Amino acid sequence: MAEPMGFFTDTTVCIGCKACEVACKEWNQLPAANGGVRTLSGDSYDNTRQLDGIHWRHVKFIEQFSADRRQGRWLMMSDVCKHCVHAGCLEVCPTGAIVRTEFDTVDIQSDACNGCRDCIGACPFGVIDINPVSGTAQKCTLCYDRLKGGLEPACAKACPTQSINFGTIVDLKKLAQARLGTLQRAGETRASLYGADEHMLGGLNSFYLLVDRPEVYGLPTDPKIPSRNLKPSAIWSVFGSVALTLMAMVSFRNRGTRDV
Amino acid sequence: MYPRSMADSDCIVIQGSNMAECHPVAFRWPMQAKLKGAKLIHVDPRFTRTSAMADIHAPIRPGSDVAFLGGLIHYVLASERWNTDPFFKEFVVHYTNAATIVGQDFKGTEDLDGVFSGLMQYTPSIKEWPLDGFVGQYDVKSWQYATSPPARPSAPPPAGPPFDPLVRSLLTPPPRRDESLQDSHSVFQIVKRHFSRYTPEMVERVTGCPRETFIQVAETILANSGRERTTSFAYAVAWTQHTNGPQMIGCCALLQLLLGNIGRPGAGVMALRGHASIQGSTDVPTLYHSIHGYMNHPSALKGHESLRDWLHAETTARGYWANTPKFMVSYLKSMYGAAATKDNDFGYDWHPKIIGDHSHLPMFVAMNEGRVKGMLCVGQNPATSLNASVERKGLARLQWLVVKDNWLTETATFWKNSPEVTSGQLRREDIQTEVFFFPSAQVAEYEGSFTNTQRMLQWHYKAADPPGDCRTDLWLTHQLARRLQAMYADSTLSRDRGFKSLTWDFDADDPRERERGEPDALKILKEINGYATDAPGRHLAGFGDLKDDGSTTCASWIYCGVFPAPDRNLAARKQPDPPNTPGAQLDWGWAWPANRRILYNRASADVRGKPWSERKKWVWWDGARWTGYDVPDFAPTKAPSSKATPGAIGLDALSGSDPFIMKPDGVGWLYVPSGLADGPLPVHYEPAESPVVNPLYRQQSSPVLKHWTLAGNQLAPVGDARFPYIITTYRLTEHYLSGAMSRWNPWLTELQPEPFLEISPELAAEKGIANTGWATISTPRGRVRAKALVTRRLRPFTIDGRTVHQVGLPFHWGYQGLITGDAANELTALVADPNVSIHEGKAFVCNVEKA
Repeated sequence: MAEPMGFFTDTTVCIGCKACEVACKEWNQLPAANGGVRTLSGDSYDNTRQLDGIHWRHVKFIEQFSADRRQGRWLMMSDVCKHCVHAGCLEVCPTGAIVRTEFDTVDIQSDACNGCRDCIGACPFGVIDINPVSGTAQKCTLCYDRLKGGLEPACAKACPTQSINFGTIVDLKKLAQARLGTLQRAGETRASLYGADEHMLGGLNSFYLLVDRPEVYGLPTDPKIPSRNLKPSAIWSVFGSVALTLMAMVSFRNRGTRDV
Repeated sequence: MYPRSMADSDCIVIQGSNMAECHPVAFRWPMQAKLKGAKLIHVDPRFTRTSAMADIHAPIRPGSDVAFLGGLIHYVLASERWNTDPFFKEFVVHYTNAATIVGQDFKGTEDLDGVFSGLMQYTPSIKEWPLDGFVGQYDVKSWQYATSPPARPSAPPPAGPPFDPLVRSLLTPPPRRDESLQDSHSVFQIVKRHFSRYTPEMVERVTGCPRETFIQVAETILANSGRERTTSFAYAVAWTQHTNGPQMIGCCALLQLLLGNIGRPGAGVMALRGHASIQGSTDVPTLYHSIHGYMNHPSALKGHESLRDWLHAETTARGYWANTPKFMVSYLKSMYGAAATKDNDFGYDWHPKIIGDHSHLPMFVAMNEGRVKGMLCVGQNPATSLNASVERKGLARLQWLVVKDNWLTETATFWKNSPEVTSGQLRREDIQTEVFFFPSAQVAEYEGSFTNTQRMLQWHYKAADPPGDCRTDLWLTHQLARRLQAMYADSTLSRDRGFKSLTWDFDADDPRERERGEPDALKILKEINGYATDAPGRHLAGFGDLKDDGSTTCASWIYCGVFPAPDRNLAARKQPDPPNTPGAQLDWGWAWPANRRILYNRASADVRGKPWSERKKWVWWDGARWTGYDVPDFAPTKAPSSKATPGAIGLDALSGSDPFIMKPDGVGWLYVPSGLADGPLPVHYEPAESPVVNPLYRQQSSPVLKHWTLAGNQLAPVGDARFPYIITTYRLTEHYLSGAMSRWNPWLTELQPEPFLEISPELAAEKGIANTGWATISTPRGRVRAKALVTRRLRPFTIDGRTVHQVGLPFHWGYQGLITGDAANELTALVADPNVSIHEGKAFVCNVEKA
């Protein structure tokens, strides 16, 4: 396997230009919603609304202003699939369409997907949805085809301010730590990394630098995947089967009694 | 300056620009500076995506920029740092006109309550074109420098070539100076007096910017200017689109000169040009009032009767413009080739002359009056431009209209589905305009050059044939010229001799392109670059080679050197500097003039030619010649200690420490004695429409602005209760200009699908307007509908003790495309700045109601 690759998105330098969204759509030839004719969302400058089968990048806009405007921030963040090391979607896929690639990224192979939607519910970040053109579940591939050709993903290439950084996870973590240190030394005490270590789903191969709590950006504080329920559900299964056995035994005994 | 140099800034002030949204790619350089620790300041009415990246956002009322900048000038001149650090005095005394004495007749705005001496009533100078629109005008005589002895009216200019005697005849005694800066008529003292009322209290009163925020901005700029540090400013059309736009830019230049922030790395005033090659379009140019290389267009109003008269009026004896005869004669040779001879003034008489303001606004006024028969509209969309209904009325009075564009723009279909037609106000059958549509080739379908905001030419290549019958813009011009020449070939009229003599030898050699009728872009580049008239294979290496006797042919002196040999197209270079080396990337493309990247870079060294500091070194004197990271903007071997030669012309008339070689006095101008129509110093005037009575002067708005009085172009009077709110119009990252290019692309339309009005929660509540609810916006000219985007990024201002609301309206929509909506320009007025005739789209008044 090649070295694990991924994204480090520094939200503090994101200018919300959405070049990543357009570059992604152009490279991956994703259609616009309703042919490009939509209504104004009214949610700041975000008319994309969410990640789904035809929006693999989504720039979020968060306006934070006090009534007198003395305090004011406009946070922007380009959201994308997290390419989790412990990926819920991959676990639940019944057809094996979702695979871990040689770059340690998570990819859905469209030709093996039966559109069962299990992965949609299994993703704690709400990244996946059905692409109405293919009828299959789709999401960011981390430009697997470009990576195979030695190119960086389209979004990272298009980003004019180096908010989206692409590279080996080892290098990206170094970069992220350095940037975090700079910001903290400059007095930005709220700066933190999201998903940069293995505590979160074994590590997110697309991790973030944030300057507020994750839920402000619409990110879960403590994301979980279906397999976390394995142990408790295993216990319940054992317990259930014991109970069933007992009930069956009682039931057989009763039946026998009646027969007599 | 240029965008990349902003990465070397210690502080960047973006004002009059929403750089992150409108120049997102160039914005990478301010972001790199920020990552290195630079301070980023955004001065803007709205909190935009640029403000989001800034360390300080200073909110100001739209149109109050001169009050803010004037406040900075006042603050700097009164500050301890500026008065105690010797760097500032050295820079200002030697590199600016601070020490120059202005004539005794000059009276400023302090003396005359908001106007300068010389104000008079405007009288049109020519009856054939009463469309210049001025509401007043200045006689600029009293603004001039004091000379001793006083300048005498000169005798009739000597003939040429050679034209050196003519240039010499223009010499006047040099202006008087006082290097102690104490003389009350010195520029320095005049500037100090002029800005004395721009106190922090006044800034708050006029702009609405909280005093402490203003002071924080001023202190940050001061702390980041000097020997070791530089501050840069960046602006775009939010400074130009005002009735005093050039004065805003001039005010910034004045501040930067006082702070020693010109001609140095990470310093200067960054003019962010909008369109891909908008810089090229003004260089070459498509402007009505200049010919190539910023020479003034021959005019019937300026005594430009003969070549000799033109040279006499347009040449300056000192500084580099003393070479104007060489530029002009080489230009005429390029126009008329062999037919241009010494005996016929190189064909000067054949050259068209202008008779007034022929820029966009007066041309549409002229169309409304039925003075214009036809229009070629290429890469423009006037049907949704300024005061759109007036523009469409103008289009409807044309006999013919050619639209050449990528899509059927609103201009191409105005006769079919404009608001007047769909509402039944105007019947299609009553519009007689014959409209021709030419589909355009896209940029990757032909080769040519772009000139970007850095004055840098970059060559691009053809990747594919255009589909179907799509043609390049060059094709249209080339075919028109050839066909018109054929039509004129048999004419015996003397007025047609110019056209008959026009040099037009641009046919492609490539047989496929030739068959398509496309010209050869390299042949055009060669004509622009220039060559020896007798040996066209010998390209000129630079404008130093130009002659005033017809032996050189060169369309554009500033582009001379881009194509110095048939096999060396320097615009095609793509060799970056090695990483982490200081440098100007001199082998990437080619920047005019002479591949210089920072203009006036002699100012990056002190009077003795040493870098001001190791940290900010750029160009310096090594004992024998000027050297450094950039092409020195100075005579290469002129020592810093050399004196000006008395009686000399050109660069010899300047000393070794005069960095501003294009200026006749070799220094940067704090005070502008000539060249501006509206005053030698910037003044805060209210926009042509304002809810506020000018808190600074009795004079409300510019006394010499342009306003065209025609039906549908009324202005609201000051403080009109029917239109109480300030409105500003602008772009979004997701769309491009009138939307003619972006509203046809679904990937872009889904990002910003509907026209919207940005409005503060305070005003929205007052008006009962809900987020995403419809609002009606009206001005005396028109009415539009848009959905409300209620946001605290917009704020009410407290101006002169009372609350003033502002709203914002992006101008990307129209009635064609995948997504449609009302055009913001239904609301704007035909008013303009007196220098460059740019409209006022950034500050006017409106009413807003729930729809």
